Amino acid sequence: MSVSRFWRKIPQRYNLIGTQCTTCGRYFYPPRSLCPDCRRSGTIVEHQFRGEGTIVTYTVIRTASDLFEHTTPYVLAIVRLDEGPNLTAQVVCRPEEARIGMRVKSVFRRIAADGESGVIHYGTKFVPAE
Amino acid sequence: MVGICSYGVYIPRFRITMHEIARVWGADAGEITRGLGVREKSVPDLDEDTATIAVEAARAALRRRRIAPEAIGAIYVGSESHPYAVKPTACTVGEAIGATPHMTAADYEFACKAGTAGIQTCMGLVQSGMITFGIAIGADVAQGAPGDALEYTAAAGGAAFVIGNDDPIAVINQTCSFTTDTPDFWRREGQSFPRHGGRFTGDPGYFRHVQGAARMLFERMGTTPADYDYAVFHQPNAKFPLRAARMLGFAEEQILPGLVVPRLGNTYSGASMIGLAATLDLAKPGDRIFVTSFGSGAGSDAFDITVTDAIASSSFDRSAAPTVEALLANPVYVDYARYAKHKGKIVMQR
Ligand SMILES: [Zn+2]
Repeated sequence: MSVSRFWRKIPQRYNLIGTQCTTCGRYFYPPRSLCPDCRRSGTIVEHQFRGEGTIVTYTVIRTASDLFEHTTPYVLAIVRLDEGPNLTAQVVCRPEEARIGMRVKSVFRRIAADGESGVIHYGTKFVPAE
Repeated sequence: MVGICSYGVYIPRFRITMHEIARVWGADAGEITRGLGVREKSVPDLDEDTATIAVEAARAALRRRRIAPEAIGAIYVGSESHPYAVKPTACTVGEAIGATPHMTAADYEFACKAGTAGIQTCMGLVQSGMITFGIAIGADVAQGAPGDALEYTAAAGGAAFVIGNDDPIAVINQTCSFTTDTPDFWRREGQSFPRHGGRFTGDPGYFRHVQGAARMLFERMGTTPADYDYAVFHQPNAKFPLRAARMLGFAEEQILPGLVVPRLGNTYSGASMIGLAATLDLAKPGDRIFVTSFGSGAGSDAFDITVTDAIASSSFDRSAAPTVEALLANPVYVDYARYAKHKGKIVMQR
């Protein structure tokens, strides 16, 4: 990922900043600037998600790209945030600990680094909250 | 009065025992454990570093007390293991708690006392009216070369203190420092691991500076050890703080609540601050706490602190973040091989 692309996404990656359509109440993560239901009559405001949710489904990654190969095996899950939207994120736990329906909460972790001398990408992962 | 408005701690969940490290190096585990008074130490996860620990500690502090992020005017992160040589950890913390952009920030380095130096800086900024709240953090993923004596204790963890004068949970009555140029422990630019002066680290380093700052504080306040309910010292091992306490006239029961090193190891910049946090975890209004940090190089910062009624009031919720005791409970033990992988000590093909 380029340094500028990472930098632009810092608010959503660090703090789960998304949006809400106040017309119909729907939440969006990643943030959307147009509500697909209300279209132009929707009013979009910034929303910080509380970072609590439930595992909808997950997989255990055992063979990963170069960037993540030293961290295998790891749990990659679809997490449904309590406000509604789903997102894909790593759940920091042993593979055998993960299960569908597990309550999780967000934590701040290192996601990847651009080699030995490049930028370090920080962001949100989840840990079991039970 | 300026003081601590909130505090938070983060400790990774992994531990390695002294016994396991001694096994790898063929050392006498019993002798080492007895000599240091340390049984095990914390180990960071693969994706944890000083920045992630500092962020988690700061967020824990802000869960305990509702403070508008825009009221935070300064963040200082003290560490000897900042992830970048150039690019401040404090900016990452500021962004992750929503305090940016209207704030000042910097990273501090003074071996194990950079975090308490941050508390003093925030006190000055608050008392001069320059800021409403400041956050001082001490955090480290401490480094010790494989096989070196430091490897037995170099641990990971951190604590964040929100400093302000708006209804603090503990007033800082006084602070003073004792500083000299003493080469007891150092790490040159570009080197991966610190070096130390062996036995030289004790008397001319730790004990001279801790006693110097502590006695200066007694003199300024007109107090003796009997005036305090608790005392916290920098804890590179359990032996040093126990001996320093004895030399100054503190009883063991005054320092045991804040002596977390036997189960945590030495978290360097986090050490005395996590000790203070463990003490605040059980302190009652009116309790008086004596704190002396130590950083090689060398210097000590001493603090005289009185816990206020606010710690038990509705404006502060101690249970909103885990206590040090809760963070030390239920660890996941790793063997030396996993520890070496977590700490990046295995040479990989690039
Ligand atoms: Zn809508």
